[in-house]
Amino acid sequence: MSRALPRAHELGLIGCHVCGLVCRDTGLPEGVCPRCESALHRRVPGSRARTWALLIAAFIFYIPANFLPIMRTASLGDADDNTILSGVVELWVKGSPDLAVIVFTASIVVPMLKFLVMATLLLTVHCGTNWARTQRAKLYRLVELIGYWSMLDVFVVSLLTALVQFGFFSEVEPLPGVVYFGLTVVLTMLAAMSFDQRLIWDCKDEDD
Amino acid sequence: MTDQTKPSIQGDLPEPVVRRRRVSPSLIWLVPAVAALVGLSLVINAWVQRGPVIYISFQTAQGLEPGKTVVKYKDVVVGKVTTIRLTPDHHKVIVKVDLEKSASSIAVSDSRFWVVRPRIGLGGVSGIDTLLSGSFIGVDVGDSTQPQTDFTGLENPPSVTHDAQGRSFILQSGDLGSLDIGSPVYFRRIQVGRVASYRLNDDGKGVSLQIFIEHPYDKFVTADSRFWNASGVDVSLGADGLKLNTQSLATVLAGGVAFLDAPGPHPNTASAAENASFTLFDTQDKAMAPPDGPPHYIRMRFDQPVRGLAVNAPVEFLGINIGNVVSIRMDYDQKTGRFPIYVGAVVYPDRLGKAHEKLLAQAKSKGDNDDLSHMMGTLVAHGLRAQAKVGNLLTGQLFISLDFLPNPPKATYDPDARPIEIPTAPGNFDKLQEQLAQIVDKLQKIPFDSIGNNLNNSLAELDKTLKQVNGEVLPAFRNTLKGANQTLGTANSALSADSPLQQNLGSTLEQLQRMARSLRALTDYLSAHPSALIRGRGADAPPAQTAPAPAAAPAATPSQGSKP
Repeated sequence: MSRALPRAHELGLIGCHVCGLVCRDTGLPEGVCPRCESALHRRVPGSRARTWALLIAAFIFYIPANFLPIMRTASLGDADDNTILSGVVELWVKGSPDLAVIVFTASIVVPMLKFLVMATLLLTVHCGTNWARTQRAKLYRLVELIGYWSMLDVFVVSLLTALVQFGFFSEVEPLPGVVYFGLTVVLTMLAAMSFDQRLIWDCKDEDD
Repeated sequence: MTDQTKPSIQGDLPEPVVRRRRVSPSLIWLVPAVAALVGLSLVINAWVQRGPVIYISFQTAQGLEPGKTVVKYKDVVVGKVTTIRLTPDHHKVIVKVDLEKSASSIAVSDSRFWVVRPRIGLGGVSGIDTLLSGSFIGVDVGDSTQPQTDFTGLENPPSVTHDAQGRSFILQSGDLGSLDIGSPVYFRRIQVGRVASYRLNDDGKGVSLQIFIEHPYDKFVTADSRFWNASGVDVSLGADGLKLNTQSLATVLAGGVAFLDAPGPHPNTASAAENASFTLFDTQDKAMAPPDGPPHYIRMRFDQPVRGLAVNAPVEFLGINIGNVVSIRMDYDQKTGRFPIYVGAVVYPDRLGKAHEKLLAQAKSKGDNDDLSHMMGTLVAHGLRAQAKVGNLLTGQLFISLDFLPNPPKATYDPDARPIEIPTAPGNFDKLQEQLAQIVDKLQKIPFDSIGNNLNNSLAELDKTLKQVNGEVLPAFRNTLKGANQTLGTANSALSADSPLQQNLGSTLEQLQRMARSLRALTDYLSAHPSALIRGRGADAPPAQTAPAPAAAPAATPSQGSKP
């Protein structure tokens, strides 16, 4: 039954993403929709490379984002520089484990999850395996969905910086770490966007 | 369904228009390349900015926090504490500090580190700002160019930093007194410096203090300057009343050092050299006294007991204090079987002033060396002897007196003996003791036993006599008394108012009175008429005539005549 389901490229067809015009697949890489002139391709060209590149860039930025302090809180002359992890630890120690868990999830778990998921997706696509395709597709959708929640930390820092300005008594200022963290989040989101999820299905349908 | 539509679609499907792409998809690799560059630049930047890593050991890590505590020089952050760990023997803590690149010159061998904490002491309050901001590590950058990574942190801030202008001097003292690091140094009651450090001399016989005098004032320290311990209150009771002398209230509590030039003319007014050494005197009086010069050790052998002689007892030469007793030790002379006592003393011949100079000159002219021993030889030959004399009759305290005795006992003096040994003579107290002993001897010779026996016999005799008196004489005496009593009773009755004797006496007296009156009449008459004595009386006859009157008349008559 599954073998009976044909794919567009098996039929020598290609569809326009924008206007839905179905053309004949000539096999040439640089085609444009004759109707709406949007780029016409069976799969987004260079999707994997682009995703890889963005993912690697995001990962590179993730290192300073974790090692550099993201925020300086000063109260009564006692200045305290916090990295993401030390902030989580401090929240936990100072009696807000719930907040610590939220920040930990948003700033550590989610970016790491994205790196892992994207890398897994890319690797499986590269291998062309048809292992757990449905689950992988769901995973990709999940990553797309939760991707921007990682910006939580960046928003916290920018909000606190804007709100807590009481001079000597209490002051919050952002430190370079938050820039790298923001870049990481943006780049992972771009990576997720540039990944063509149809690639998951580009394999021999054996058991489907 | 696909089967139905497939042929119809394939029939007239349009073909995509071919157009050249403007951007190569491989350009996307620029993004990670840029990210890598940024990351690399961060790493390189951190590498370039990285200064030396130093390790400072402290007694305690109180107030230090890794990643937070900074190192400050002149209130500029030059480094940060990264880790704190214990030494393997757990005696100290090692603080690892990442210095900044620009501050790499701090890590030289004579730099000093200390923890700036709030400190409240008698000398003042410091580090109050660290109450809020937390402690930091202060640094005093040294002058050396020798790099070093391991430092021993100071427990207290150094009182003198390398960039302070001024000069250091060394003070030698017997003990530290109440001085401490940071104790003030006063010149004419202006604080001009501080005690920078102190240490026990290697031989343990004194304390060396390093003081630091600040720049404009260091020129006042000359070779003639005298330093004294200005701690505490100096109370002296003199002929001009009670005197109380202090530097300042802080000095009284926390101690301090004062200095001033010695009184008198100063030919050398040049400032003292850096690290010149001075003596720290106990009091201003001692500091201002002429210098003692080098001490000399002398020894005296006393064959008499020296009860009352104590270490530090004065040694006087003709009444001038020239030194102190420093030791009293006993020896045993096998030949004589006696226990001589050796008294050691330190004397300062310079205290003799001109006398010492002249003696020195004399000794030199004679060709002797100018050592004390030859001078002493001359003096001993002139009769100088040491005596233990009583300085205080109440407490019996002794002092050593070097005096010229009129008839000194013979003594040998060896000028080459070391230490110099001065012959002794029994002191006046010893003589007194001898005389007392003689008196006691004489007293002992009195035969108290026989005297007692004799006295006993005499008393027995006396007892007998008394018994005899009691038994025989007393009853007789009582009878006599009774007789006397009776006699007195008789006499009493005879003399009573109603006794015949009394009455007879009354009439007799009356007769006598009458007689006296007539005598007076007679004498009156005779004084008026002295011729009547020869011629006899005139016409009117007197009322009474007594024959023997003429003899008594001259005594009685004038009283009548004088009566008006």
